[in-house]
Amino acid sequence: MSRILKYRELLLVAIILVLIAAFSARAPGFASPKSLANIFNDTSILIILALGQMAVILTKSIDLSVAANLSFTGMAVAMLNSAYPEVPLPLLIAAALGIGAGLGAINGFMVWRIGIPAIVATLGTLTIYRGMAFVLSGGAWVNQTQMTPAFLNTPRLPVLGLPLLGWTALLVIAIIATVFTRTVFGRSLYAAGGNPTAALYAGVDVGRAKFFAFMLSGALAGLCGYLWVSRYAVAYVDIAAGFELDTVAACVIGGISTLGGIGSVGGAVLGALFLGVIKNALPVINVSPFWQMAISGLVIIIAVLFNARQERRKGRLILRDAAKSRPVRMETPVEGAAA
Amino acid sequence: MSVVQAVVQNSPPLLEMRGISKSFPGVQALDSVDVALFPGTVTALIGENGAGKSTLVKILTGIYQHDSGAIIIDGAPVHFTSAEAAIRSGITAIHQETVLFDELSVAENIFLGHAPRNRLGLVNWSAMNARAAALLTSIDAPISPYMRLKDLSIAQRHLVAIARALSVEARVVIMDEPTAALSYKEVEDLFRIIERLKRQGKAILFISHKFEEVYQIAERFVVLRDGRSIGAGLLAKTGQDEIVRMMVGRSVDHVFPKLDVAIGNTVLKVSGYSHPTEFDNISFELRRGEILGLYGLVGAGRSEFCQSLFGITRPSAGSLELEGRSVEIRSPADAIGAGIVYVPEERGRHGAVLQMPIFQNFTMATLGRTTRAGFLREAEEFALARRYAERLDLRAAALSVPVGTLSGGNQQKVVIGKWLATRPKVIILDEPTKGIDIGSKAAVHAFMSELAGEGLSVIMVSSELPEILGMSDRVLVMREGRMAGIWNREGLDAETLVRAATGNQ
Repeated sequence: MSRILKYRELLLVAIILVLIAAFSARAPGFASPKSLANIFNDTSILIILALGQMAVILTKSIDLSVAANLSFTGMAVAMLNSAYPEVPLPLLIAAALGIGAGLGAINGFMVWRIGIPAIVATLGTLTIYRGMAFVLSGGAWVNQTQMTPAFLNTPRLPVLGLPLLGWTALLVIAIIATVFTRTVFGRSLYAAGGNPTAALYAGVDVGRAKFFAFMLSGALAGLCGYLWVSRYAVAYVDIAAGFELDTVAACVIGGISTLGGIGSVGGAVLGALFLGVIKNALPVINVSPFWQMAISGLVIIIAVLFNARQERRKGRLILRDAAKSRPVRMETPVEGAAA
Repeated sequence: MSVVQAVVQNSPPLLEMRGISKSFPGVQALDSVDVALFPGTVTALIGENGAGKSTLVKILTGIYQHDSGAIIIDGAPVHFTSAEAAIRSGITAIHQETVLFDELSVAENIFLGHAPRNRLGLVNWSAMNARAAALLTSIDAPISPYMRLKDLSIAQRHLVAIARALSVEARVVIMDEPTAALSYKEVEDLFRIIERLKRQGKAILFISHKFEEVYQIAERFVVLRDGRSIGAGLLAKTGQDEIVRMMVGRSVDHVFPKLDVAIGNTVLKVSGYSHPTEFDNISFELRRGEILGLYGLVGAGRSEFCQSLFGITRPSAGSLELEGRSVEIRSPADAIGAGIVYVPEERGRHGAVLQMPIFQNFTMATLGRTTRAGFLREAEEFALARRYAERLDLRAAALSVPVGTLSGGNQQKVVIGKWLATRPKVIILDEPTKGIDIGSKAAVHAFMSELAGEGLSVIMVSSELPEILGMSDRVLVMREGRMAGIWNREGLDAETLVRAATGNQ
């Protein structure tokens, strides 16, 4: 697994570098450190959301409600900020994480305890959370003038050339990478998605792993609610509409298997960055935004094909005669493994 | 081979299998088997689990192709290259667990795949419903063809399955344990249908473990053992004892190496374990170093009972004592913590996470031991994995490669190593040698002896009599969810166990 993944990650790095080189040939300055930092900063929210989505996808589920969660939580903290300007920012961020985690826990509860398929449960909450954002705000916008400067400007504060928003993404990447590879919870995500039955027999509580994956995804979506509102300096019901699909796309491009149990944090981050580079580059070279969507879609399909081919290789050839007459597709067997 | 020849049979066989052999890699499933089916006659196919009955049925229905031998229908040899070819030759099968579609109507279920068409090639609904109604009437089944399958009872579904089997102009009907899921009354109904089919001149192959039923409905029998036909003839002239002897008939004392180990104190005491639907009132004690064989027919509730011991399902009554202390097991994690582990039957599906590295599979059930302050320690994980890989003689290029790249035997070693790493007191092995070749079987048995020698208590679920008799210190037999008895190894013979498991006293 690790070899294939490294191969996949290296491939993504290479593709991203080629893209940057090609774009900078057309638009000088595209590859300047400042521009690259800008692209990373611009992709930060997608990266954070993709990591939450990855936790859910690892357990063989999907969270379609992340963008709606983001919208509701963003609206909630923006309204809190405008109504009570004296509430300090750290408390608002904690509130964003808490509200998001709560909404995620609702998804997790439905999947774990009620047994509703994740795609249906989160399709339902997608609508509900947006509706809640509407009910909460009465359809009104929270404008720049209603929010405090600290609320709006903190994520934009540059530190060593990168705004705090970008540093937040780096911090989340570091935390999630540690959690996924170095904690029992992270391991249980891979086990629960890789072979739920085997995980059950090994004492891993598969349902609970899913529940906490949804909660993590929700908490990160809540955090992004604040980040999004402050970045665009406005909160309204329709922010980030359809953005949940971008998070799934980033995961799929990054090699997170939709069948569960396979994928790395590096892959998800690179998948998000790939989308970020395309999104930032195409306007620079005067390509219409409609092409951006078509290109993203094409890349997703290619990535899925790529994933499917890798997963097929794990299959065994049970019919020996057929195996002989078929072109060899299997990986070279591990030496000494055929005992 | 002592084939009991039939008395003069007026009609020639409708279908004959002559010298049918079939092998799978490492296993000779069928070895020159002879079966003859006569029109208007029920022939019972009898044999232990693993005797080759299912393989034979799959060859007859075109799912497998035989390696050598011939299938002859009406004196002409046929060769089935597909399930469809077998159906075209008039062979149809009713399986134990029928595959039907809940959301479709009865008529659609009966004619799925061969619905009557009109001139435009569209489904001719009126013809389909009329023919379905006629078929159901012909087997005395008062079911409307318009009903949805999900609204029918189990027994009614069974009738639909029979109607489906008969919808293809069948001449040979194979019934694979058709009574397994039926109540007494429903069995009587089924037998009436079988009598009807007999009168219509169909040849019926009837598979059942229940002797009572076999003697009630069948005229002829064929006994399979280890993939060979051991005997055939008329049931009226053959006693049950003789058939049991044919099924078992071999000396099994020296097949498996069970080392004598010191049997210690009681480790596990199970009292009155019950489940609402799967098993009832199971009680026994298990001692240190002991191997307890758990024998019974498929579906006797053995796996269900063991899964309940392991916390996958909860018992409705009963208690557990482990080393004298009462324990309650609510989840597999509880069981592992208490020192009970369960190595499931389908190791591929239940055992390993194939895309995970070997070392992570080894440590999956013991993550608490390789964790410090909430963080996994990879070095310790590797150390633990290396220890058990060496002990089990695992052949792998590196412990960081996915388990899926290993051979089946080595994957099994990883699964067993994962459980040993939890340092259990009681290990439950569900069909530990099912589907593996003779050489590996011996290795697994030697390993089980070794575990017992180290003071582990073993519960071994097995459907293979030689294995049960060779390995167990004591044998518990389950029949239809209940304990049929518990025997010590001394003086125990196969016939006693088969009688207990089949209810043939």
